[in-house]
Amino acid sequence: MSTMIKVNQLQKRFGQAHILRGIDCEIKAREVVCVIGPSGSGKSTFLRCLNGLEEVSDGEVFIEGVKLNDPKVDLNALRAGLGMVFQRFNLFPHMTVLENLIMAPMQVKKMSRRDAVLVAEKLLQKVGLLEKIDAFPNQLSGGQQQRVAIARALAMEPKVMLFDEPTSALDPELVGEVLTVMKQLAEEGMTMVVVTHEMGFAREVSDRVFFIDQGVIMEEGPPQQVLGEPHHERTRDFLRKVL
Amino acid sequence: MNSFFQWEIIGEYLPLFVEGTWMTLKAAIICVIAGTCWGLVLGVGRLAEARHGFWKYFLCYCVQWPIRFYVSFLRGTPLFVQILLIHFALMPMLINPSGGLILSGDLAREIRSHYGAFASAVLAITLNSGAYVSEIFRAGIQSIDRGQTEASRSLGMTYMATLRKVVLPQAFRRMLPPLGNNAIAIVKDSSLASAIGLAELAYAARTVSGAYARYWEPYLTISVIYWVITLLLSALVRHLEARYGKGDAR
Repeated sequence: MSTMIKVNQLQKRFGQAHILRGIDCEIKAREVVCVIGPSGSGKSTFLRCLNGLEEVSDGEVFIEGVKLNDPKVDLNALRAGLGMVFQRFNLFPHMTVLENLIMAPMQVKKMSRRDAVLVAEKLLQKVGLLEKIDAFPNQLSGGQQQRVAIARALAMEPKVMLFDEPTSALDPELVGEVLTVMKQLAEEGMTMVVVTHEMGFAREVSDRVFFIDQGVIMEEGPPQQVLGEPHHERTRDFLRKVL
Repeated sequence: MNSFFQWEIIGEYLPLFVEGTWMTLKAAIICVIAGTCWGLVLGVGRLAEARHGFWKYFLCYCVQWPIRFYVSFLRGTPLFVQILLIHFALMPMLINPSGGLILSGDLAREIRSHYGAFASAVLAITLNSGAYVSEIFRAGIQSIDRGQTEASRSLGMTYMATLRKVVLPQAFRRMLPPLGNNAIAIVKDSSLASAIGLAELAYAARTVSGAYARYWEPYLTISVIYWVITLLLSALVRHLEARYGKGDAR
């Protein structure tokens, strides 16, 4: 299968703080990768470097062979192919659900309103929220907002979906509905990178798990191995705390 | 004839007050619109960021530093002095029958004598309020959660499209109250232009008081007119707030 994302010796510094200390990885098309690790380990920063929300300090990030941290690259065009879902949803509060979904397709892909609405309706159907199409975000529960946020990212028909702790801001009883949508996406063959604390989801859905600690990928492999029989002491330590 | 408040005086000079009110409104409306646009340009310029090479330094030294200097100077000196500077120093340099930098000859004389005070007053107040409005825009834009910008940029939207579609519509709601206060301040500060001979409300009052040596009548009259204008303005702002407040989560 073709390589979707390739990362070489990725480094990220915030002033004095050295957050990412050389990350190497390769993610193939249709692969689902879960990224786990203690808080402050750099896993969210790693994800945000993949679509240029954080500027890369050193190293290289390639998306389908295009170098993302190249000053000459059209970052907007690249981002249009990378969907991102945030911990805090970040829906646009002054727009209805429909407007949230059609803005970028119309602005960035120059889609007609008609076509954009058709796509939006199809996606809202998929995440089970078609009846909320005219609601404002503050009229929705957290779980519903996150499903809308997923639909909004999907509306750009991305090649990769990046999830930054998508269920961490949700009440426990709302986590399931979001994970269900994500599982469905994975089954459809979407390439996904998911930063998460949901070990059940990682075990069940992912093809590979990255354990990031102290700014490097300490351990990686199939979920049964990383979560079941971790080689590294720090991985065992971390899993003992979260499980 | 010696009563405390002589209504006849107001009646006699009513046309002057009406014209003064119209002039005040005209100047204020132009200044509010132009000052807000100018302030938006300055505010966005202050916040613009570039990541790479040339543009980064260009923005820093050719945009942000001059804007900071400009805002600091205009907020740190009295509007009254700015009006005098512009009317008596800057304008004669730019528009002068004998060798103005922008206009000279008879047309310049024509413009100076007919619109001189108006142009100076509007220019001074606009430049001044632009400085204040830029800070309102800056605060408003910065008050919008970073996540909003990140969500928009992650969808492939450009910086300007994000500003236009996502950040400014939300910031605008929060900026309405301070923008309203600014408009009210402009209405009141326009009275300073009477010093350069602009025939607005304060000038009308001065004319009347000069003619009769009566002070209560003209100045109370224009006070009431100013008050009514500012009350109407704050009612308008409240109405706009109610109208555009929908969907705001906070």
